Amino acid sequence: MSDTPYLSVHELACARGERTLFSAMNFQLGTGQLLLVLGGNGRGKTSLLRLLCGLAQPLAGEVRWRGQAIGAAREEYHRSMAYIGHVNGIKDDLTPMENLRLSAALAGRNLDEATATQSLIKLGLERCLDLPARVLSFGQRRRVTLAGLMTAGALLWILDEPLTGLDIHGVALVEGLLRDQVTGGGMVVMTTHQPLSLDGVATVPLQVGPLLQPDED
Amino acid sequence: MLHFLLTVIRRDLLLAARRKGDWLTSQFFFVMVVSMFPLGIGPEPEMLRRVAPGVMWVAALLASLLSLSRLFAEDYRDGSLEQMLLSPEPPVLLALGKALAHWLIYGIPLLLIAPVLGLQFGLPADVIGVLMLSLLIGTPVLSLLGGVGAALTLGLRGGGVLLTLLILPLYVPALIFGAGAVDSALSGLGPEANLSLLAAFEVLTLMVAPWVAAAALKISIE
Repeated sequence: MSDTPYLSVHELACARGERTLFSAMNFQLGTGQLLLVLGGNGRGKTSLLRLLCGLAQPLAGEVRWRGQAIGAAREEYHRSMAYIGHVNGIKDDLTPMENLRLSAALAGRNLDEATATQSLIKLGLERCLDLPARVLSFGQRRRVTLAGLMTAGALLWILDEPLTGLDIHGVALVEGLLRDQVTGGGMVVMTTHQPLSLDGVATVPLQVGPLLQPDED
Repeated sequence: MLHFLLTVIRRDLLLAARRKGDWLTSQFFFVMVVSMFPLGIGPEPEMLRRVAPGVMWVAALLASLLSLSRLFAEDYRDGSLEQMLLSPEPPVLLALGKALAHWLIYGIPLLLIAPVLGLQFGLPADVIGVLMLSLLIGTPVLSLLGGVGAALTLGLRGGGVLLTLLILPLYVPALIFGAGAVDSALSGLGPEANLSLLAAFEVLTLMVAPWVAAAALKISIE
């Protein structure tokens, strides 16, 4: 764990329509840390992640990357960050391989076929390499997205419910990916409603909204 | 930067090649609309020649509108638009690339079909040349301005109709100069003045529209 706060949030506030979801939020994240965003449905977890990656604008406050507002450091920030949202961001008409290579090219990276194949095989998609993504199941598409994340080599991962639709093996795979990322000096900000076993990973919990009672939600 | 622009264009061309149905709909629509006019107006050659420029241009506007509602909508739905906006490259290049790809996919074919339809209206060869030239200069305007409309109406219910109402008025200069060029060629006056104005309008759109579309995209995905 290092002291350099790569990602820091200052007095962040977010509103959806008339309702304030959270305000005066402060935290910072250094290398080798995983920030687990907790909170019930509709408490603003997704909104927070979208603010963090710059897809949405905060009501007040600022998100900073290495001390600079992410708007000002946009190019550098986007180069070191990878985001997975609720939707997978893969095209139905393209094969997993084409999807990976195109998204890499759009992010300004060059991804050769061997590396792409390797990551797809690692995520258990060896039988789907040549199929259009349209015929894949939801979980398999999620795996394609995760393969993209793996090849992106980003310092910071922002993951919104990455476990949705994955089977037990898939969840174990993601746990492995997260562990590799964090122990390798990367950072992760993620939300999930599923239990994760991340032994030995520096996990920082962050509660959004009131604490969830067992009988609620 | 150029690499990003070319990748955006290549991506859209690849996707269009995988979905020929979407692509053909727009071209057939153009042919259909233009072909309805001789049936409706009657076969007098003089009359058909006179209405041809306007009819072809209006049909081109409508055909491009038909495909524009899908310009960003599918990428928005499957999340790839988000990912492209998170690329280190500026969003204005994304907007420009998408508009140029739209022009290559939907604009160029119109240009190639137009001479055949021109013959149907009995236009002389040199006037058909002017018609093609006016479409060559004018169709990028349709894609660029359409990109602004598509970005603004992204994710709205009934976005398609709104897009039409929003964008058709902006197409008016292109329509006037484009159809005007063919008209003046037909009546023996030179088409140069109209073509120059159309080209000026195109340059203006090229400079402004991608920025507006990029800003609209950022607002729409929030």
